[in-house]
Amino acid sequence: MDMKIRTFKRHFREGLKNTWRNNWMTLASVAAVTTTLLLVATFLVLMFNLNHVADALEEDVQMKVLVDLTADEDETEALGDELNALNNIESVEFSSRDEELEGLISSMGEQGDSWGLQDEDNPLNDAYVVRANEPQDTIEIAEEIEQMDSVERVNYGQDVVQNLFTFNNYARNIGLVLIVALLFTAIFLISNTIKITIMARRREIEIMKLVGATNWFIRWPFFVEGLLLGVLGSIVPISILTVGYYYLDQNAAAVNQFEFIQILPFYPFIFQLAAIILAIGAGIGIWGSVMSVRKFLKV
Amino acid sequence: MIELKNVKKTYPNGVTALNGIDIHIDSGEFVYLVGQSGAGKSTFIKLIFREEMASSGDIYINNRDLSTMKWKDVPHLRREIGVVYQDFKLLPKMTVYENVAFALEVVEESPRQIRKRVMEVLDQVGLKNKARFIPDELSGGEQQRVAIARAIANYPKLLIADEPTGNLDPDTSWEIMKILEEINATGTTIIMATHSKDIVNTIKRRVIAVEGGLVVRDQHRGDYGYED
Repeated sequence: MDMKIRTFKRHFREGLKNTWRNNWMTLASVAAVTTTLLLVATFLVLMFNLNHVADALEEDVQMKVLVDLTADEDETEALGDELNALNNIESVEFSSRDEELEGLISSMGEQGDSWGLQDEDNPLNDAYVVRANEPQDTIEIAEEIEQMDSVERVNYGQDVVQNLFTFNNYARNIGLVLIVALLFTAIFLISNTIKITIMARRREIEIMKLVGATNWFIRWPFFVEGLLLGVLGSIVPISILTVGYYYLDQNAAAVNQFEFIQILPFYPFIFQLAAIILAIGAGIGIWGSVMSVRKFLKV
Repeated sequence: MIELKNVKKTYPNGVTALNGIDIHIDSGEFVYLVGQSGAGKSTFIKLIFREEMASSGDIYINNRDLSTMKWKDVPHLRREIGVVYQDFKLLPKMTVYENVAFALEVVEESPRQIRKRVMEVLDQVGLKNKARFIPDELSGGEQQRVAIARAIANYPKLLIADEPTGNLDPDTSWEIMKILEEINATGTTIIMATHSKDIVNTIKRRVIAVEGGLVVRDQHRGDYGYED
């Protein structure tokens, strides 16, 4: 498929000419792509940010392994070794009961001081703080740890974590399905539009085949046309998203009451998003057009 | 040049168009293909042009075996064959010049070559001064001459004409025949399907008559052989 520059220029010219000549159909296709991409882009923004928040939340998930009060130093150390030997573990940190108490007191602020808890009546256990490599494995690992000797209990905010993981998985899958469905709709619309413009050019294609044009020679202008439709259709969504996200980014901090929810920073996220939208636009444009020429090449 | 051996063609709907034909045509020949509508003439032409594939039998064109030819080689076969149809098949929005140039653009000729060759073939069919006209501004005969110019632009070794005079009045038909004879004189093989008794009986050439999917007569300097 080596192509002379001259021929490439010709295909590009033809593609442009056809896009221009079928201006109403072009407008209809571009509008269809624009609408779809706007929806897809909005979903992507939501998905990426949801994922971002979910990741951050999941990162915070850790297990606190409470050591039996009856365990002596050797047994505590042995448990530490056993924990370190686990697979899928990112880190194991020992936190003595004194450190645990300090942590508790400082987390209570002034109230903690006035409690006046003293070292001698410290009711807390020694503990190991364990992080899983994959936060999603936490539940499984916690169950494993609970079987070990000298373990009183494993705390990891059981109910909350379980719900969080379930919610995140649902959100990701539903988002993915919606995006795929939207993309197929857009491809269908584009391919239909181009099919209509092809009907008008059937004769031209027939004659091209007659004088010995290769299939790719015939296909290229349509390829260019589809690409153009896709790119044109992605301009408005990208603009709206950029402005919208900039506004959101500027104002999020002011409105945001929950510190743990942080949206992805405007830069570089918006460039990544623009690139993705542009690529999707170009992709569905090309796919739609090349698909619709296919049956006219069979002569 | 063209060799058909026991070629049969049955369409998917069950109609058998050719029922075992053997034809050999040498380079430089001028052959009339006659027979009633539905006798198999069009199928014969479609097979040579690889618009259809034979159900069985062998076809060789310019030493190419059409039964084993890959799809991607079909365009190259077609570049060696010029075709002219009864309905001209010109692009209505393009000028005469552009219509002919189109055939050369498709094979990626250089612009300079295209300009030169287009004017050459338009001169050959006597339409040099109408290069800027669009098909609608021309008479039927002139349109057919444009189609012929397009068909020979690529220096094809074989020219297929499917009832080229079918839509034309007698005077115009003779003009077209004169041009076809001139092209044949330069060594191009011509196969012409026709229903014109006048032409076949006046310009005597080899006649192949097809009936019911079979070759019923193959005669040098033959007659049309049917009543009009």
